Amino acid sequence: MREVTLQDGPDGYGTRGAALRAGARAAVGAPAVVLAASYLGFGALVRSADWSLPLGLMSTALGFALPGQIVVVEMAAAGASLALIAAAVALTNFRLMPMTLVLMGRLRAPDTPRWWLYALAHVIAVTSWLVALQRAPRLPLAERLPFVAGFSVVIWAVTLTATAVGFWLHEQVPPLVSLALVFLTPLYFLLMMVADLRQRARVYAMVAGTLAGPPLHLLTPEWGLVLTGVLAGTLAFGLDRRAARRAAPTDADPGDV
Amino acid sequence: MSEGLATGGAVAAILVGAAVTYGWRALGTALAGRLRADSAVMQWAGCVAHALLAGLLARMVVLPVGPLEETAVWARLAGVAVGVAVFFALRRNVLLGVGAGAATLMAATWATG
Repeated sequence: MREVTLQDGPDGYGTRGAALRAGARAAVGAPAVVLAASYLGFGALVRSADWSLPLGLMSTALGFALPGQIVVVEMAAAGASLALIAAAVALTNFRLMPMTLVLMGRLRAPDTPRWWLYALAHVIAVTSWLVALQRAPRLPLAERLPFVAGFSVVIWAVTLTATAVGFWLHEQVPPLVSLALVFLTPLYFLLMMVADLRQRARVYAMVAGTLAGPPLHLLTPEWGLVLTGVLAGTLAFGLDRRAARRAAPTDADPGDV
Repeated sequence: MSEGLATGGAVAAILVGAAVTYGWRALGTALAGRLRADSAVMQWAGCVAHALLAGLLARMVVLPVGPLEETAVWARLAGVAVGVAVFFALRRNVLLGVGAGAATLMAATWATG
């Protein structure tokens, strides 16, 4: 039995269609509301950078991952070169690579067309990733991808809507409220992580990453994020391996990082 | 700068950012098919992803870029502490935890002018 945590659900929905609808329903609620608030802030940022609404929607539709989107808006406004923007986004969004690597291996059924995975990959961001890692392993293999797809596409549609609403609200939101909107993003992601600290390796990784992130950013703003992930993640991996060797074999859960 | 040139630059920036972002997603997807889900490499990738995200969140709270730069670091840390406390006190309610944390930041910022 698994511990009851943030998002619990049944161990299967019967068909792929039912799993798709269940995923869509799971997204309507706290994840959609809080992400909507984050993207209201992004819409306001787009407006404040004197971009048009279509540009803001294009950013959310194509560049879907909030930290990278904010980097693009701020660097373009500052007149940075395309090469510099590409490098900054690559470093900011590097995390998506190990994220999809871990997730897709668990979603793939033997008869899953590969392009389904590549299409789904576009809408995998932190929220859908955390929920998918929590919910998918308990579903039958065939229902995992539809569940995550239903969840992710609803989240994606909500963020597009929120970008437009935030753009429109820009002049009507007091500065203090816009501060709170910007603060929702790290706070929400942080709670999602803390809620899911069931594995020892995740606890190590979160603690090491939290401690290493700010000083490494000060040391080298360009490389800080990549260094944090690689160094703190490798340290956490090593510590977890050592602890696993010491503990009873049944204590380890190597397939579920 | 003319309106058209500014828009063209923004479109190019968005497209470059989008291509790079999808590139990482596609690479992760491509590699996933070739590595076992329970391999040591996958475990390591999970650790890297979690550490990187935790590092990014810590950086966004301690060393923010943008409007949050105007707020005090203690106010942001108080917001995180209250958010986490409310989240666990109220049966892991994300909305109430996030709302309480954001309200704490607003109140602290308002009170200190």
